[in-house]
Amino acid sequence: MAREIGEPGVAKSSTTKKHKRRKSKKEIKTRTVHANILYDQAKGGDNPNRHYANNKIKTTKYTLLSFIPKNLFEQFHRFANVYFVFIALLNFVPVVNAFQPELALAPVVFILSVTAIKDLWEDYRRHRSDKEINHMDCLVYSRSERQYLECYWKEVCVGDFIRLRCNEILPADVLLLSSSDPDRLCHIETATLDGETNLKQRQVVRSFIDLDTEFDPLKYNSVIECEKPNNDLNRFRGYITHRNGRRDGLYKENLLLRGCTIRNTEEAVGIVIYAGHETKAMLNNSGPRYKRSKLERQMNVDVFWCVVILLVMCLFSAIGHGLWMFQYGDKRPVFDVLSPEGTDLSPVVSAIYLFLTMIIVFQVLIPISLFVSIEIVKICQVYFIHQDADLYDEETDSHLQCRALNITEDLGQMQYIFSDKTGTLTENKMVFRRCIVAGVEYSHDANARRLAMYQEVDSEEDEGLSRGGTLPRKESLTSQHSGGKAVLRSQSTKSHRRTGSRAEAKRASILSKHTAFSSPMEKDITPDPQLRDKVNDCGSQMEFMRFHNQLLSQISPDLQDVFDFFIALTICNTVVVSSPNQPRQKVRRFELKSPVKTIEDFIKRFTPSRLTSASSSSSSTSLATNRSSSHRACSSLLSSPSAESTLARLEEERGATPGIRGALGTTPACPHAGGSVAGGSDEGELRYEAESPDEAALVYAARAYKCSLVGRLADQVTIELPHVGRLSFELLHTLAFDSTRKRMSVVVRNPLTEQITVYTKGADSVIMDLVRPPAADDSKGKRQRKILFKTQNYLNLYGMDGLRTLCIAKRVLSKEQYASWLRRHLEAETAIQGREELLFESALRLETDLHLLGATGIEDRLQDGVPETIAALRRAGLQIWVLTGDKQETAINIAYACKLLDPEEEIITLNADSQEACAVLLDESLHYIQAKFLCSSSADPCAAGVFQPDYATLQFHAPPTSSGTAGPVVVHRLGLVIDGRTLAYALDKSLEDKFLAVARSCRSVLCCRSTPLQKSMVVKLVRDKLKVMTLAIGDGANDVSMIQVADVGVGISGQEGMQAVMASDFALPRFQYLQKLLLVHGHWCYSRLANMILYFFYKNAMFVALIFWYQFYCGFSGSAMIDQWYLIFFNLMFSAFPQLITGTLDKDLSADTLQELPQLYMNGQNSEAYADSDVDLFTWGTPITTLALLTILLHLGIETKTWTWMNWASIAFSIVLFFMVAMCYNASCPTCYSPSNPYWTMQRLLGDPLFYLMCVITPIAALLPRYFYRACQGSLFPSPVQVGRQLDKVPLGLRRHLVNQSRIKAGPLRRGTAHRTPLYPLGPPFLKGCSSKITDPYSSNPKQKAQAASPICLKSMEMKDTPGSSKNPVNHLEYVQKAGGWAGEKISGSPSSEALETRDQLISHVGLPENSTMPYSREPSQHDEVSLPVGLETSLSPGQSSEIIWLTSTPLMPQMECVQLISPPSGDSPGVTYQKNQESLDCPQQNILKQTCGERLSDSPDSVQECSKTPSRANVRKEWLEPWDAFADAAVAGTSPSSAVSVVLTAAAALYKCILHLDVGIMISLS
Amino acid sequence: KPFAFSCLWNALRMKAGPSRTNRPDNTAFTQQRLPAWQPILSAGIVIPGFTLIGLAFIGVGVALFVTSQKITDLEIDYTGVAATSPCFKCTSFAAENCMCQMEFTLTTLFEGPVFFYYGLTSYYQNFRTYGVSKDGYQLSGDTYYFNNPQDSCAPYQYDSNNNPIVPCGSIANSMFSDTFQLYQVVNGMKKQIPLDGKGIAWWTDYNIKYSNPALVNGSFADAFSGTVKPVNWSKPVYELDPTDQANNGFLNQNFLVWMRQAALPKFQKLYGRIAEGDYAQGLPAGNYTLLINYSYPVISFGGTKKVVLSNVSWMGGKNQFLGIAYLVIGSLCIVMAMVMLIIYAKYKFTDDDEDM
Repeated sequence: MAREIGEPGVAKSSTTKKHKRRKSKKEIKTRTVHANILYDQAKGGDNPNRHYANNKIKTTKYTLLSFIPKNLFEQFHRFANVYFVFIALLNFVPVVNAFQPELALAPVVFILSVTAIKDLWEDYRRHRSDKEINHMDCLVYSRSERQYLECYWKEVCVGDFIRLRCNEILPADVLLLSSSDPDRLCHIETATLDGETNLKQRQVVRSFIDLDTEFDPLKYNSVIECEKPNNDLNRFRGYITHRNGRRDGLYKENLLLRGCTIRNTEEAVGIVIYAGHETKAMLNNSGPRYKRSKLERQMNVDVFWCVVILLVMCLFSAIGHGLWMFQYGDKRPVFDVLSPEGTDLSPVVSAIYLFLTMIIVFQVLIPISLFVSIEIVKICQVYFIHQDADLYDEETDSHLQCRALNITEDLGQMQYIFSDKTGTLTENKMVFRRCIVAGVEYSHDANARRLAMYQEVDSEEDEGLSRGGTLPRKESLTSQHSGGKAVLRSQSTKSHRRTGSRAEAKRASILSKHTAFSSPMEKDITPDPQLRDKVNDCGSQMEFMRFHNQLLSQISPDLQDVFDFFIALTICNTVVVSSPNQPRQKVRRFELKSPVKTIEDFIKRFTPSRLTSASSSSSSTSLATNRSSSHRACSSLLSSPSAESTLARLEEERGATPGIRGALGTTPACPHAGGSVAGGSDEGELRYEAESPDEAALVYAARAYKCSLVGRLADQVTIELPHVGRLSFELLHTLAFDSTRKRMSVVVRNPLTEQITVYTKGADSVIMDLVRPPAADDSKGKRQRKILFKTQNYLNLYGMDGLRTLCIAKRVLSKEQYASWLRRHLEAETAIQGREELLFESALRLETDLHLLGATGIEDRLQDGVPETIAALRRAGLQIWVLTGDKQETAINIAYACKLLDPEEEIITLNADSQEACAVLLDESLHYIQAKFLCSSSADPCAAGVFQPDYATLQFHAPPTSSGTAGPVVVHRLGLVIDGRTLAYALDKSLEDKFLAVARSCRSVLCCRSTPLQKSMVVKLVRDKLKVMTLAIGDGANDVSMIQVADVGVGISGQEGMQAVMASDFALPRFQYLQKLLLVHGHWCYSRLANMILYFFYKNAMFVALIFWYQFYCGFSGSAMIDQWYLIFFNLMFSAFPQLITGTLDKDLSADTLQELPQLYMNGQNSEAYADSDVDLFTWGTPITTLALLTILLHLGIETKTWTWMNWASIAFSIVLFFMVAMCYNASCPTCYSPSNPYWTMQRLLGDPLFYLMCVITPIAALLPRYFYRACQGSLFPSPVQVGRQLDKVPLGLRRHLVNQSRIKAGPLRRGTAHRTPLYPLGPPFLKGCSSKITDPYSSNPKQKAQAASPICLKSMEMKDTPGSSKNPVNHLEYVQKAGGWAGEKISGSPSSEALETRDQLISHVGLPENSTMPYSREPSQHDEVSLPVGLETSLSPGQSSEIIWLTSTPLMPQMECVQLISPPSGDSPGVTYQKNQESLDCPQQNILKQTCGERLSDSPDSVQECSKTPSRANVRKEWLEPWDAFADAAVAGTSPSSAVSVVLTAAAALYKCILHLDVGIMISLS
Repeated sequence: KPFAFSCLWNALRMKAGPSRTNRPDNTAFTQQRLPAWQPILSAGIVIPGFTLIGLAFIGVGVALFVTSQKITDLEIDYTGVAATSPCFKCTSFAAENCMCQMEFTLTTLFEGPVFFYYGLTSYYQNFRTYGVSKDGYQLSGDTYYFNNPQDSCAPYQYDSNNNPIVPCGSIANSMFSDTFQLYQVVNGMKKQIPLDGKGIAWWTDYNIKYSNPALVNGSFADAFSGTVKPVNWSKPVYELDPTDQANNGFLNQNFLVWMRQAALPKFQKLYGRIAEGDYAQGLPAGNYTLLINYSYPVISFGGTKKVVLSNVSWMGGKNQFLGIAYLVIGSLCIVMAMVMLIIYAKYKFTDDDEDM
């Protein structure tokens, strides 16, 4: 008993605890917990719990003692560190040593210690937080004192009894044994674990439920056997064995988890089951994630190349040295040094020695401090991202979290974004919009108007605020006499406004701590008058019938359905009710409006069903844990193995206990009515806490019809109905929602009809399948069929409208049916093995033959700024795919709403039923796409002729304007919609290539009804096959796998808990922040880091090149003219700070510009030095060092885009530091520092005017060519980044204007590029816009002009319009023309209303035939079609050209045009654009390349990538090596002039060349 | 800090104090809004900039060039490779204490002060192992190192009899041993020109870095007792300069000069200055004779020896290159500015034309 099962030995051997325990874990699957008080603490020898981890947590990695060895060990996992230690050790070999061995250790020691200090600091912080947590207080029962005593958390052990008070945090995983709650419940808030803010109920272990007295730990003498610690928060299984041999099951409902907060419960007592690191919370806590960024991977490759170059250089030197030695032959020159033994060294041997020496001398080439610098810079970047106020969401008081610290720069390299829909693009705040009851649609127009009003007010408010906050929240004082409309408005709507405004948001956020998912918008629903009438009708009829003792079934079926519909809305959920006066205080009892007696009478009179109700209630209540003596027996029976006997007992009881249960149909009056009076009189005060926002929305919707949920207990639900009053439904079962069933059900006993009813609520597709097929021919069947048909129709329309649809159905069970189901269900519940599966099957059995009641349409509103964000990201060249579990229609409509799909786009919908069909579909689509491309590129309007969509399921939702054989559709405007089933086929190995080929030809891809696994498979497929950087963003548990698979995973810390956030690398409060995160921070991080890395390589390469060059003058002897100190500390100290500052702070572009012009990147560098003749070695070397430093700093100056005082300071600091160090070093010791012994060198130099002259000319001469190049390029052919920088200078307003203008011009150009590169049409509009001339195709190209008559061309013009449209008069005009009826709103349109409208338009464009049946009021779409071309024609031609004239007359715009006009030399900038190879259309060569590659597209999609990548790589390799030869020539040629300066300059020129190549090379390889 | 922890942590804080928001600090630094200067290389700035730099450089270049032009120098190669050379006779191995005589004529006054250098080519004083081969402590007069020279001196640490060598090491061992005397031929008579060998070494070398050992028994030579001279040397270190007792030991000026390694294989080292007496104003026009005590072998490794006479200016010795470099760079700047102007104008105008 007193030990773990199967491990008797453990109890005895107490010494090797840890080891043994680990062993025992493997052997046994359960843990046994006894109460500690049974054992004497003092001599804990026989306490069986002592082997379990105690509650002290320790998340630190090191202890004081283990720090140094352990940290070193970890650091040596990094290859570079090992390398440098190797080099340092090499210095200790006498024949090799180049530097003072001690000094050579300095860099390694420095780097290691910096890293160690960083680790130490982190560990210390962990230690401190550990300590704080360990020292929190809790009450633990003490055996000796016989009472609960305050204890530190760390002193809690497994088996301790803990008393918890309200609002306390749980110190460990505790099994709930007692609760002060009369229902023996305990509420916990799990926000810290999963982020869910609603309360969860936990139940006292069954055997302790009936304890009426306070729990006494001393009387406890049971043994708990449960699972081993695991990290599954939602699973806990075990049983408790009492002394009398009785066993009770333990479920997750009995377990309180560490980290949760006790709410609503005054006191609870439990026994600790898992403690410390074995708690589920801790096991779930995997700490921050480490990913390697792409840049880092590339950098490692470059470091590897550095090593190769290093070896080549060493080899070269060694051979040179050998030859040099060889030329002297036997005649030893007087300056030759023999080996220490005094013998001659053969040239070969000395060459080998030299090789090793050179490795040391040239070690600078491998940037030792690079890694540490990168880490520092990344930490700073993370800090800045964290601190960005723009990424802070006031509503939730959360800001962006970087959970992966080392992939910040990956944000700047994204190519594909995979997004979830619900909760990511949408707010996941469900707003009830419409419903269908019994086939009748209730459109809730008033409600829609109300919602529209919120938005209007919202936008007004925003404007007001932006105007300078002129709309303060005045209190009633001011509003009384001001009486202004605006003020009144703001007053009246204050409480209703969406949580957009700041102050309100704050208030809401405070409230939201107590109420989840209930912004005023969701709460207040204006009822539809028709439906309200019906409900009232129904209520009064029912009331009437009740009084007249009529059967309820006599009510007309319509009303019956209405009635049931609302009951279902109200009770078919898991919403918890609480009263606001005492937050979190559950409303336990309520006063009934109608006297109990009446109801009782009513029930008594309701005899026919009397008996059955009693029997069923008794059997049910035995399940729903009630505290009645008769049921204790039942519950105890439940855990007994024989379900048969349980049922038998139930049968017996049926007859025996009808009387007792009679009153249970309604709840008894509340003994302490105090707290509930308010609740009763004003149910508006009740708060609902729902697990999902949909539920809350439905409950609030029902409440609007006066059908409100007033209380929920474990075994009953109380609702209030109009006229009828309060009714208590006995809750027999709740079959919780799960994603496979996609529905939930409750089984209740209806107090009115005494029927056992199943109410089911779920996804329409599922429910519609489960609905009982209407009977053949009778009128009822007909009616049913009609209802079904109508409902389905409306459901389709809802889907079209982007509403989430839920179907509500019910099923009435006869008592026999119920009994037989119950039997199986009980078996399932008691099963130990495979319980989940059995329960699932049981649920399936229950949820069949449903009777459809109605359906609801809930709107999941788009988050703020989603369309704008998507448009911006798209302009940045990112491909956005949406992967959602929603149904196709809903997804498509949301996609339209967020501008993911354009109405102009053709949509390819893939719905296949089999693998073969899917293959055929994909083939057809591919052909179709190719045919389109061919047609349009040859300007032949035959597209539709070539390909007819003859396959039944392949539909082309062509927009009205391009329907039929209208002509070539602009090719890249394609959207792909694919559903989950087809996706499953398409992801098959045989089809995935085809699928990708199709998908990447489309501008947007929408995967509906996809499972979490499919989501991750899609991401993986794209990532692996296309070799692109992928980002996945989502908010729910279903996105976790996709987030983990993607290169960068982003979690939205939204409504659905924290699982996505836990799995993510970055956690955002809102989707729209993605724009700034990627476009601004991503760009900055990447450009900063890439630049810094390049600069590092440059710096080191330059320095090494100097030394290498010198080898030609010292017989390749490995001597360096630069003092070893400078050589070693140059990297670490003198040149380190400015670049750190630049790497952290440099902004090549301002945030605004980056957001407005989504496009990017930048370039590289060079160097040089000097010499003299009658100076000695180190007097010569010192100025070289100085000059090198100055050159490098000046160079950095050229590369630095933003000069803050910190940049200035750091550069000044570096120079001062160098001179100070040099002076001190040169003055410190006359005899030390062999061999250079640079005593007084610097001081002497400083007295030499020549030195200063050198300092001036050398850096300038060295950098002049680059500067010239930069200047030419910058002013003549600026890269997009440079254009952006120029834009930065322009005042904000004008800038916006210019940016918008540039977009106008980008429009027509798209055609041109599309012609050139038909297969890669998805380039970013701006880049492409830049890539060709301004010449308007309508005027310059007669052929095209002829085509201009075709509406599609015009469409393409209009489509380049993006959110900025409202600021752009020209585009505006188009919109006005097009939008017709919406023109008025359009002008004032706030972004979101614009989005909505557009969506409306789109829907009308899609124009389904059912349109007419819809009760929605819409403009006929025909009008648009007719007016559109005309409107465009007129608005475009004059307007556009005048704009262009205006534009080009400003100095900036022509430059924008020519950005890509002239392709920069030798693939210099293609590597620099944001786009990467895949879509950058700025380099013609690449285009050609792609075109050729593109031919093979259908065979292998990734060949394109390969093709476009390899040449640049190859070039890099060549350029890396080739300059060295030129450089050697120059060096040799330079020996003749009398002054060595010329040599140096020649060398510098060569060096410059080499470095130029080098950095371009690195640059290319980096991107 | 692990995430779940920070959650717990926040919960704790929330419990402890009033609700604390996560709002980031709104400072210029954290929001990356530090005031900044953003230079842009646009034509408007660059063209004037280049022009200015170019002009300034040309100015400096001219000044440097003129200064440098004023400096005269004279090189006399006395290696004696050619059979016609007076020093040819000394190149054979047999020649001991060989003296040879080079003659040259000055047509104008060689303005003073005149610096007398000797130069070597293809001589790798910068050879790594060569440069390391000395003992700084020994040279600073620390007698402990007299008997125990550092290992860096190997193989010139001990001689074959295991006696310590002072000064040890390869650099000292290979000290340049030729000596020079310069005569003006006046009316057929040779008039010796005084070569001032004092102060040719760095002041810090002479006064701080190097010092002689303390006298032992009043004798300088005894201070070096127990040590032997470097293998290649003919005289011990304390007898380097027989003419001036103070110029002996480690503080011998020529020794100090030699001990400073040359940076390049082709170098010249100061031998003396002509700044005294009749020649304070420089060397007058006339015939001169250079008498060389030829002992240092360079032919074996293909080197050459020469003597260089040069006067100096504020910017040191003759250095035309710097002036030229300034001129070239300056002109380049101007040219670049012009080119840019042309290109810019052209592109600009064509752009405008197109746009119109």
